[in-house]
Amino acid sequence: MIALKRPRTTAHWHLVLLFAASAWLAAYTHLTAWADWLVAAFGLDRSTRLGEALHFFFYDTPKVLLLLTGIVFLMGVVQTFFAPERTRALLSGRRQGIGNVLAATLGIVTPFCSCSAVPLFIGFLSAGVPLGVTFSFLIAAPMVNEVALALLFGLFGWQVAALYLGLGLLVAIVAGLLIGHLNMERYLEDWVQQIQRGEAGWAGDPATDWPTRFSAGWQHVRSIVTKVWPYILLGIALGAGIHGYVPEDFMASFMGKEVWWAVPAAVLLGVPMYTNAAGIIPIVEALIGKGAALGTVLAFMMSVIALSAPEMIILRKALKPPLIATFAGIVAAGILLVGYLFNLVL
Amino acid sequence: MKDIKVLGTGCANCRNTIKLIEEVAAEKGVAIQLSKVEDLPQIIQYGVMSTPGVVVDGKVVHAGGVPDRAKISTWL
Repeated sequence: MIALKRPRTTAHWHLVLLFAASAWLAAYTHLTAWADWLVAAFGLDRSTRLGEALHFFFYDTPKVLLLLTGIVFLMGVVQTFFAPERTRALLSGRRQGIGNVLAATLGIVTPFCSCSAVPLFIGFLSAGVPLGVTFSFLIAAPMVNEVALALLFGLFGWQVAALYLGLGLLVAIVAGLLIGHLNMERYLEDWVQQIQRGEAGWAGDPATDWPTRFSAGWQHVRSIVTKVWPYILLGIALGAGIHGYVPEDFMASFMGKEVWWAVPAAVLLGVPMYTNAAGIIPIVEALIGKGAALGTVLAFMMSVIALSAPEMIILRKALKPPLIATFAGIVAAGILLVGYLFNLVL
Repeated sequence: MKDIKVLGTGCANCRNTIKLIEEVAAEKGVAIQLSKVEDLPQIIQYGVMSTPGVVVDGKVVHAGGVPDRAKISTWL
């Protein structure tokens, strides 16, 4: 498809999308048959360890890549409706409470890169978005993202993906509310407090048409999938090996539900680690495969993505240490609760 | 001579943006004065929230990602 000339008109795009969607569905509904066929082509049988491991790999790889491509494309299109400037306008002047819910939700659909966390943060504040609401956005945006959701959905089912989405939003909303109630504006760096609303503001790109949105979706797929596929392959290969060879409850003894300190240990371990959702999947897959409790693993994943040392160093340019410590402490506490809750319920 | 500033705190996308602008300018044979703005308070003064942003002759023309070639050539 890359070789094709880029579609220019809406009609042309509809045709391409219809074709792509049919191909996608056809592939997605034939995953098992494809894996069976490949394993057989290697002259293996699923009753053997190698056969079972290979089947797992041949089934999961296309499944995850298909889901990732589909979801990332949709998100790329949706994101064209929510430039940060638009999100800021939607949040400006909102009160605590409803503002936090809205901010966390917008965090999912607004394009966000942690390298622009600080400009975004200050841009929000200068437009009259309350501090707590801004934090809700800042916590949700990296944590609840389409790559994490697509991978969880592909590897562990929609229930786990939905739980991750719901709890991620909850942590972001509650943490933002708490930070808002603590009235910590004086812990912003002085230069931040002095900033006036920038008058030479950039109002965002003028209204875009559908071909532009669709090609933005395709760009999004290209940039994300080319970046994450090695991690995914590695993760699934690890998972396949574990699936075929390692005894079921290998990890259960020290990362199972009964081990009370496993959740805090997972959160602490996650802070200095910094990677995207895709990079963490090999580890998650491996841990789950060896019998680690889901709550512990999700807490680890949230901690790695939402609480990273490098991001805090970036934020330090705008926030004084007490505010950073409060932010990290509240988010860590939220993640801890999520982990324990999960282990308790499941 | 176009005065072009790339706003950004030094992430990979900012470097790619600079490289791309240089390439397009060289292709079209347009003389440009390209500079980087890495100082956060200054970036924020431009009203840009998502980096990299691009300023041409004092006016913000782009923000939030690497611009594509077609967009760059409209600036030059």
